[in-house]
Amino acid sequence: MDHQVEAIDEILEHYPEEPEFLIFLLQDIQSAYGFISKESMQMVSDYTGVPITQAYSVATFYQSFRLEPIGEHELRVCLGTACHLKGGQRIVEELERKLNIKAGETTEDMMYTLDTVNCVGACALAPVLLADEKYETNITASKIKKILKKIESK
Amino acid sequence: MSNGNTAISIDSIRLNSLEDLNTLRQNIIDKHDPNKPEVLICHGTGCIANGSVEVIDAFKKICADADIDAKIMPGIKATGCQGLCSKGPLVLIKPQGLFYQKVKASDVEDIIQKTIIKNEPVERLLYKDPKTGKPIKTEEEIPYYSLQKRVILKNIGKIDPTSIHDKIAVGGYQALAKALKTMTPEEVVTEVANSGLRGRGGAGFPTGRKWQGALKAVEKKGGPVYVVVNGDEGDPGAFMDCAIMEGDPHAVLEGLILGAYALGANKGYLYIRAEYPLAVKHLEMAMEQARAHGLLGDNILNSGFSFDAQINRGAGAFVCGESTALFTSIEGKAGTPRPKYVRSVEEGLWGNPTVLNNVETWANIPLIIKKGADWYSSIGTPKSTGTKVFCLVGKVNNVGLVEVPMGTPITKIVDEIGGGIPSGKPFKAVQTGGPSGGCIPNKLKDTPMDFDSLTDAGAMMGSGAMIVMDEHDCVVDIGRYFLRFLEEESCGKCIPCRLGLTKMREILDNFSAGKGKIEDIETLQSLAKAIQDGALCALGTSAPNPCLTTIKFFKDEYLAHINDQKCPAGVCKELITYSIDPDACTGCRSCARLCPENCITGKKKEPHVINADKCIRCGICLETCKFDAVQVN
Ligand SMILES: Cc1cc2nc3c(=O)[nH]c(=O)nc-3n(C[C@H](O)[C@H](O)[C@H](O)COP(=O)(O)O)c2cc1C
Ligand code: SF4
Ligand code: FES
Ligand code: FES
Repeated sequence: MDHQVEAIDEILEHYPEEPEFLIFLLQDIQSAYGFISKESMQMVSDYTGVPITQAYSVATFYQSFRLEPIGEHELRVCLGTACHLKGGQRIVEELERKLNIKAGETTEDMMYTLDTVNCVGACALAPVLLADEKYETNITASKIKKILKKIESK
Repeated sequence: MSNGNTAISIDSIRLNSLEDLNTLRQNIIDKHDPNKPEVLICHGTGCIANGSVEVIDAFKKICADADIDAKIMPGIKATGCQGLCSKGPLVLIKPQGLFYQKVKASDVEDIIQKTIIKNEPVERLLYKDPKTGKPIKTEEEIPYYSLQKRVILKNIGKIDPTSIHDKIAVGGYQALAKALKTMTPEEVVTEVANSGLRGRGGAGFPTGRKWQGALKAVEKKGGPVYVVVNGDEGDPGAFMDCAIMEGDPHAVLEGLILGAYALGANKGYLYIRAEYPLAVKHLEMAMEQARAHGLLGDNILNSGFSFDAQINRGAGAFVCGESTALFTSIEGKAGTPRPKYVRSVEEGLWGNPTVLNNVETWANIPLIIKKGADWYSSIGTPKSTGTKVFCLVGKVNNVGLVEVPMGTPITKIVDEIGGGIPSGKPFKAVQTGGPSGGCIPNKLKDTPMDFDSLTDAGAMMGSGAMIVMDEHDCVVDIGRYFLRFLEEESCGKCIPCRLGLTKMREILDNFSAGKGKIEDIETLQSLAKAIQDGALCALGTSAPNPCLTTIKFFKDEYLAHINDQKCPAGVCKELITYSIDPDACTGCRSCARLCPENCITGKKKEPHVINADKCIRCGICLETCKFDAVQVN
């Protein structure tokens, strides 16, 4: 049995057994584990009474849900309009080259997941990169080098 | 994310009347000595990203350790966005009203020693007039602020958003208490209708009329009725709703409770974008404090009226900002839009009458009730009353939140308040309204920013993003950008939107690769027409706007891509090459070290060259060069 299932009861208990709480449950499980496992999906489906196929249709419709585990560090490059104009795409491409993965993928050693987001509300400091929960602002290629170094030396 | 404020204890004194509220307010004001120093540190998302949490920590630590007389021991407050995000972290010192910019933790010792203890400004942290270089001491003297009319933003950046007492001190919940005591629900609806307020979420629908529609529906089919806050702010380059929810959550909540009273709703929802955790946290705290004070929940202010609300976090789908999709999402399902044969005021959430309004719309309600419809409609233009908060970003000197009366010309916002663009030249265009809006060229810079003038120009108010573009921004590229965004966000329910947007984007891809044909422009226009006519929701029907307005106003730039295979702005990768100006290059090797293809060669301290065959035009050398030696051809 995977580790999500052992603690999931505690999350379930927070909400009534109603279909309208499906999204709340998926959000809480994801923030606890970074992704939602197959077993968790089944348990949420049983609990809320939402058929499993429909639960998957919800989980895949919303971009914030992940059904696969993510890397130890999550790098999210902002591609909102302000960041786009100030070279956000260049940052994505540089990271893709450096990590040897495409946006949306995780490195084989499970060290990094690279992703893009649409505006994180810090447009004044574009382009912006969220390294785990830390905002890195006015990003340039040389800053990327330093950020990766800093993460690796941890 | 940590919040800079220590947890405030909720005085769980239940308030039972307007008089109770006034007594509490007077107590709070009496306890506060206006001459005592106070340090207000911006804790908005922009300043947090810039390191304001470290500044807050430094103030707390240094004040605790330093030997400061109790009489001048400063109060330390973390506030919402103070407005001029590009100069953050911002710190405001009271009572002098000193405005400090770009404050780092290492500056805090100086601020304490000089400003707090000796009452002298720290010169280097003051704002400098860009023209004269002269330091300016207070916010009121800085043109960025003095040229605005801050009504919605008035308290944001001045109060601690996690303290209901701070809010009550500046008049919070007065409008609610007044309405419950002296106004019938119908009178509240009438006041809102007379104010001329139009929805700030994009379409500009008259709020009073929407509420009247909901009342009629309730009359016809009976309750329940719901009130809902649209805090999804999906426009990818706008953060005004974020700043309002983070910086003045009680304003949104008070507006919602007033709306609930007017419409007879007992339950409300706040649907908030997934990427805004601090907004969620501050609204949760606001609701908890309001409940403890008898301002939310059962029998509000002992009036017999009961109302409560819950927060639903979005899960990252732009289309969920659309009203019917938002309702479907609150119901726990995949948020796809529904056909609107019946309007949502009649059949919204769970098929019941529902009023959905934008965050800023709700925040306007307490002002209208407190100061009256006449006061409100005296601001702005006859058809677009009140003020509007804009998010001024892109290639402009002062980036941040700007609030001006509706109808203020674009040039006043960009050139005066925004201080123009960094190169000092005229701006090229302003994109308003995000993915549903359009690009307005410099020649139309006198266009008033109000609902109807923008629609006439082919753009849209949208939520209020203003993205300033300069001569290095390509209109084909921006058209492609929004089409790609909408293509990814389309729910796929209807064919014109799902396939049409992809087809339009592919044509623009060809343009930017120099493979376009002149006939393609007509194809784009007919595809746009088909999408506008055939799509179910406004995501689809407004999706062609950014592309169409750029064709309308910048046809020459399109033709340069098609006929000459040139990108005049130097953006479209396949149409440009990079080279190094031998006269400007100092041979510092910065670019050569970072070039991912190792295609920049040359001896140290001598001009370098780029091998055009190997160059992938990633732009890193251009971004890196401090001597402007890299040229785009
Ligand atoms: C695709 C799409 C996205 C939208 N996103 C938002 C949004 O993020 N915030 C918002 O307030 N309104 C958004 N709207 C507009 C809402 O549908 C609705 O008109 C608005 O919330 C009504 O409130 P108002 O009358 O106060 O503006 C969106 C509309 C569409 C079609
Ligand atoms: S217009 Fe687009 S987003 Fe709207 S319902 Fe149709 S496919 Fe979905
Ligand atoms: S566009 Fe990147 S933070 Fe807003
Ligand atoms: S976030 Fe600090 S000024 Fe906007």
